[in-house]
Amino acid sequence: MRIYVCVKQVPDTSGKVAVNENGTLNRASMETIVNPDDLSAMEQALEIKDQTGCRVTAVTMGPPPAEGMLRELIAMGADDGVLISGREFGGSDTYATSQIIAAAIRHLGLEEEDIIFCGRQAIDGDTAQVGPQIAEKLDISQVTYAGKVEMDGKLVRVMRLMEDGYMTVEAQTPCLITCVKELNRPRYMTVRGILECYDKPVTVLDYEALKDEPLIDPGTIGLAGSPTNIFKSFTPPQKGAGVMLEGAGREAVRGLVERLAARHVI
Amino acid sequence: MILSDKYKLLRKNFRNFAETEFTTEIQEQLDREGGFNWDLHYKMAKYGFMGIKLPVEYGGQGGDTLAYVLMVEEFARVCPVLSIYANTPNSLGSGPLLTCGTPEQKKKYIPPLASGEKKIVFALTEPGAGSDAGGTLTRAVKDGEYYVLSGRKCFISGAPLADYAVIYAKTNPALKGNKGISMFIVDMKLPGVSLGKPELKMGINGYPTSDIILENVRVHESDLLGPLDKGFSTALKTLDGGRLGVAAQSLGIAQCCLEESIRYAKERKQFGRPIAKFQAISFMIADMATEIEAAREMIYSTALAKDAGEKDAPMKCSMCKLFASEMANRVAYKAVQIHGGYGYMRDYKVERMYRDARITTIYEGTSQVQQMVIAGNLLK
Repeated sequence: MRIYVCVKQVPDTSGKVAVNENGTLNRASMETIVNPDDLSAMEQALEIKDQTGCRVTAVTMGPPPAEGMLRELIAMGADDGVLISGREFGGSDTYATSQIIAAAIRHLGLEEEDIIFCGRQAIDGDTAQVGPQIAEKLDISQVTYAGKVEMDGKLVRVMRLMEDGYMTVEAQTPCLITCVKELNRPRYMTVRGILECYDKPVTVLDYEALKDEPLIDPGTIGLAGSPTNIFKSFTPPQKGAGVMLEGAGREAVRGLVERLAARHVI
Repeated sequence: MILSDKYKLLRKNFRNFAETEFTTEIQEQLDREGGFNWDLHYKMAKYGFMGIKLPVEYGGQGGDTLAYVLMVEEFARVCPVLSIYANTPNSLGSGPLLTCGTPEQKKKYIPPLASGEKKIVFALTEPGAGSDAGGTLTRAVKDGEYYVLSGRKCFISGAPLADYAVIYAKTNPALKGNKGISMFIVDMKLPGVSLGKPELKMGINGYPTSDIILENVRVHESDLLGPLDKGFSTALKTLDGGRLGVAAQSLGIAQCCLEESIRYAKERKQFGRPIAKFQAISFMIADMATEIEAAREMIYSTALAKDAGEKDAPMKCSMCKLFASEMANRVAYKAVQIHGGYGYMRDYKVERMYRDARITTIYEGTSQVQQMVIAGNLLK
């Protein structure tokens, strides 16, 4: 059994978000982290590895420095890493991204008992589209918003966290599961893991390696193969100075409610 | 020093662990109530921190001295007492075993230290013998296959938690000074071993310290550690690692004081502007940062020199301990000063750091003993 965990290196948006003069995100000046939901997906995979001894592979698509993130995941306990990297893949939207990742997983081999874990969504694009699209392109079952995962042979039982409760879903492997942060607390790297992670295998898959895959077509990958294009991005306007509402208690509260209602806050 | 990717990743992991796990609640509880946090001890052990620089063949992680000082620095930056948890098994606890132990002793005692299952403490100091170990009064008298130990050790960090202690005892009273002293591994459950009450300390509360009292304790000769009558001079060779650990602990304390001071100086307003805008305050911060950086470079490069087996590395370890511990006290003093009246209150972290910093110029060889070691090396 092999578990693929799809991970993304994202800018750390918890600190200061740097913006270029033209309104785009200044990624170069920001620290990068492993997307938080993806870390929970990795932890889930490693818990299954602790129980079954299965193989865990971290898969990412990104520029060459993303290899550093794969080393971190290997230091946590993943067995190996796969970096999908090439100029042809740049500028992909969710459709093209999932096309390429699905092709890479098909290229690496997806057996009957295998599972693919993804995070619910990445904190930079915030779309939550890539996981389900990978499942569609590989034609396997998908379960999203996993808050608890149990294995029972080839059956996977998943508790899906919904807005107002949860539902339990059973799926047959091979399947794809997207995980939420509430699922677990990701483990730290071990000292030995860090000392050894630079000797573990990281495979780089470029366009040449994947070009014979049926899903890979210059018309369906990269910027050219993306049905959507970003037309414009900008920083939301900052809130101005606060306004003091004059008047007695009741009057001031009415004024406040009117303002909140006008802005559709309530 | 420019760290390679591997050491940057180690540092990131230590920092993440300390910032997440060493919560303010735990730190304040340890400072207020003393005791020991076993949960954190086991958690640190789980990730390999207890055996970071112990050899892989004895269950350690196989890291080097640079990895070790990075860990102690990052842990002490968040909580100095919790840095001691992972520091001890890597330095004083395992040092004498690694240098002097027989293969059987290493196999028996080191793996449980590396895994955090057992704890060993280093017991040298006595009420009448601190800096002058030659004043050791604890006696060990041979009786068949056993040595019979009697005496009293004081200020033994971790004694109330220990499974074993490395005890220094005079085996040949005819030999003067540091000669005629031997080391023994003493099981703390042996008949005749008892503890004094936990000491009430100014700082580093949360790692209990007490006396160990030995009354006719029979230790088997297989637990004699290192050569007979030469225990102290052999052990001296292991102390430099612990000294570098205290230097790294001092560095972490100072780094915390600097960060707290910068944050406070930018927030706190007096005379209509943040106090950081006043030259008197900003120059203090510049001095603190410069001294910290000097200590950091010295400690990291000494870690490399030690692993490379350079001849003057032990002296450099003393220099690191002397400079970094005195520096940490200067920096902590300024940090409290920058915080003004608030810095004297327990609600502000610099107050605890100021108390914790004080021990670093005393334990594992006072600043004066470090000066003796350094001068002794230079004036041979």
